[in-house]
Amino acid sequence: MAEMDTSGGGGHKKGPGVKKGKKLSTRVDLTPMVDLGFLLITFFIFTTTMSQPTAMRIFLPKDVDKPEEQNKVKASAVLTIMLGKADQIYYYEGDDPAKLQSTNFKGVRDVILDKKRRTDPKDFVVVLKPSADATYKNTVDILDEMSIDEVHRYAMVEISPYEYKLVTTTEQANGIK
Amino acid sequence: MPKVKLPRKSTAIDMTAMCDVAFLLLSFFILAAKFKPPENLTVNTPSSVSTKIAPDKDVVMLTIDKDGKVYFSVSDGNKTQKADIIDAVNTAKNLNLTAAEKAAFSKNPSAYIATPFSQLKSYLQKDPDQLKGVSLPGIPAKDSTDNEVVDWVRAAKDAFQGGHMNIIVRGDNASKYPAFQGIIMALKKNDEMKFQIVTNPVAVPKGTELYKQNVATGTKGASGG
Repeated sequence: MAEMDTSGGGGHKKGPGVKKGKKLSTRVDLTPMVDLGFLLITFFIFTTTMSQPTAMRIFLPKDVDKPEEQNKVKASAVLTIMLGKADQIYYYEGDDPAKLQSTNFKGVRDVILDKKRRTDPKDFVVVLKPSADATYKNTVDILDEMSIDEVHRYAMVEISPYEYKLVTTTEQANGIK
Repeated sequence: MPKVKLPRKSTAIDMTAMCDVAFLLLSFFILAAKFKPPENLTVNTPSSVSTKIAPDKDVVMLTIDKDGKVYFSVSDGNKTQKADIIDAVNTAKNLNLTAAEKAAFSKNPSAYIATPFSQLKSYLQKDPDQLKGVSLPGIPAKDSTDNEVVDWVRAAKDAFQGGHMNIIVRGDNASKYPAFQGIIMALKKNDEMKFQIVTNPVAVPKGTELYKQNVATGTKGASGG
């Protein structure tokens, strides 16, 4: 850091160079202070702009009880994704939950894009069913995945007891993860 | 050897001026920096590719901590609405809150509700310092028959009538789905269909659909959803 230059001969040529140290120099080298100052400036520049948390917008669909008012979806164009324990994802196409397949968050993007490619864009719907064992992070990540993969029609609904049983039996069969 | 030496000039620059400029800039940025309000509820929020900034005015915040407990708070600049909310809840639930207890919620900028209605009076009597380290039960939200978040959201909705209310959910990564589901139920019951989730920003992964769309429309980093 700043040094008091007492040798009198080091950093400056003006003034008498004294051998015996009678005249003390008071020149302080301010370069490190300036470095510190700029470091602090860059720190504050970055933290003021980055401290705003971002928000994901969620639009909930209205709950309609009358079946005729519910959106009709073509069963073949539906991909159902269920969130289970330990960041596992179980999915099936159409309306037959027995044909469960499992993947994780890394593989789900391929699953969604694959189904999207095979389906008519007008009919493609993804139904999300988080189970009681899924974490909040899983839920937000799958919603984020919807926007990353440009899925425009999706719905988050309650998992049915039958599906939940299928999920838990699959989890037990694969070893309780 | 030459007899005339070249006059050697000093190469040391006087850094005082540079130092002054540096500290002036530093003071500017320190004063321009807005510090986050002291977080008594530390929550690890998940990440998302959304780039929309979370609002900080007219905010009704529902926080879910890692154990699935739900807390209710309102942003600092809405003292009148906070007072209205606590009044409405007081009359609706017959809590007999004194003016001091009501003020503990409405005047305190970082106040949050962390108990069911039955314990609310004793909770508001305590100082915030007394509550440090105490594990609070949170507002009941998981049971559909006992969802008190409905009442809080309704009180907030009435307090913000005529103005715009931003509902924000700030959840911890580790909390389980039932708490979040309870909050969604409460919002649906109050006909509040739009809300926002606080997330950490991350970049859109390369090669994905959204990334391609952003590049195509020339909006780098801006998300469509």
